[in-house]
Amino acid sequence: MSKVLMKGNEAIAEAAIRAGCLNYFAYPITPQSEVAEYLSWRMSEVDGVFLQGESEVAVGYMIFGAAGAGVRVFTTSSSPGISLMSEAISYLCGAQLPAVFVNIMRGGPGLGGILPSQADYFQATKGIGHGDCRLLVMAPASVQEVVEMVMTAFPLAEKYRNPVMILGDGLIGQMMEPVEFPDHLKSEPTNKDAWASNGIDFRKGSKRNLVRSLFLDPEKLNDNNLELRAKYERMKREEVRFEAYNTQGEYSVLIVSYGTMSRVCKTAIETLKAEGIEVGLIRPQTLFPYPEIAVREAARKSSCRAVLCIEMSMGQMVEDVERCVQGARPVQWYGKCGGDVPTPEEIIDLVKRTLSPM
Amino acid sequence: MQSEVMFAGFGGQGILLSGKILAHAAMEEGYEVAWIPSYGPEMRGGTAYCLVVISDKPIGSPIIKNPKHLVAMNRPSLDKFAYAIKPGGVILSNASLIPNPAGRSDVDELRVQTGEIAAQAGSAKAANIVALSAFVARSGLVQLKTLKHCIEEEFSKRPQLIPLNLKAMEAGIAAAQKE
Repeated sequence: MSKVLMKGNEAIAEAAIRAGCLNYFAYPITPQSEVAEYLSWRMSEVDGVFLQGESEVAVGYMIFGAAGAGVRVFTTSSSPGISLMSEAISYLCGAQLPAVFVNIMRGGPGLGGILPSQADYFQATKGIGHGDCRLLVMAPASVQEVVEMVMTAFPLAEKYRNPVMILGDGLIGQMMEPVEFPDHLKSEPTNKDAWASNGIDFRKGSKRNLVRSLFLDPEKLNDNNLELRAKYERMKREEVRFEAYNTQGEYSVLIVSYGTMSRVCKTAIETLKAEGIEVGLIRPQTLFPYPEIAVREAARKSSCRAVLCIEMSMGQMVEDVERCVQGARPVQWYGKCGGDVPTPEEIIDLVKRTLSPM
Repeated sequence: MQSEVMFAGFGGQGILLSGKILAHAAMEEGYEVAWIPSYGPEMRGGTAYCLVVISDKPIGSPIIKNPKHLVAMNRPSLDKFAYAIKPGGVILSNASLIPNPAGRSDVDELRVQTGEIAAQAGSAKAANIVALSAFVARSGLVQLKTLKHCIEEEFSKRPQLIPLNLKAMEAGIAAAQKE
């Protein structure tokens, strides 16, 4: 298929359909409402289900029900909406059910604003819900990449029987870029016999599947949590993805940045290169699991004097960067949050200030 | 080479559409493109703007402080963005609504009566296409035949609007040459 010019939000919607997901429940919220708008007509073309819930809380449990029935299902929302869904996300993790959540982040806390932000990093990677639950979190930096991530999110959710989150900022949703869709991947969950609570007559064996996250017996609950932990450890071994940019040669500063922010950093890096200042970039594409080894090794390169973590929040990912660098280099945070995206000029200044003698 | 074009005006003037047609045309010619809208609690009559980035390399920052070119459809837009345009860029200003010049001597300023020209072509609503076409003719960012193809494609779902918009395009190109 040739390239088409598409808004990120519409591309997300089309990518989900092409990944074989025919069930979408949602509640509108800026800056991602175009996903629902697009699917409100597109789903009926492919005999799929589009249902606008009465609230994000209801949507979360519509997802829970559909996932329990063994079908591919997803939703999209933005920060405050994801907070409302977080209870259901915890239930999905506990019951080991696959689903895909897309969070096109806006500024917070509270109602915050509607402009781009990356301030839900902690929520997505550390504290999405109560209990020992985690999400596999992917962070796209372009419309093409969000399409690819949505399409891989469904098989990954099923591989781990765990929700997957695509964490994009408002710009990823609102921007139009050329996009090429991979061939139609329409497919069914291949391992759903292990969890789907319907279709027993068509299943190999006749074991009854129960959808539950309630384990009153402490030993059984502990076992369930150990099983979940083993899955999260396996994600760390098998699913880490990142991009290393300008890290082949020597560089005096390492930037760690993701999503839209990383693109601004790349422009700054190219400008600095022309002035003879080399800066490397590690761009995590998965935020959980985090590219720990890549960040640690890039920071410890002998030419590297400092590490900058640049994000559209008041300093969240920087805690993961500090954890990885383990004190080997000074780590500094820089960011803005509220809708203003730091410009390449600001980052160029920041790098020069970092390198200037005290 | 990277070029950035800021389209700005009132909501309802077809600002976002003009930008989209240019981005589409550049994509058709094999360039990397990004179209970034201003989005917010906007309304008809409020401000609307979008930025189109066209490059022969993958596009880094979609946030641009100093775009190369400006298409300003109303006076607040010209007053707001004219100072930021890079020297040597094109500023197309809608003379139908903007009485004052941009006040820059280091840019190529083109004043076009887009409203009157569009009305002569059949409808004042096509003023955005007049402006876009005049801008493309002057800046040479994409070929005029690609622009024509993309205008036709944009209105393919309402084909009765194609003749009007092509007429507006021709008139816009002619206005750029007359200057």
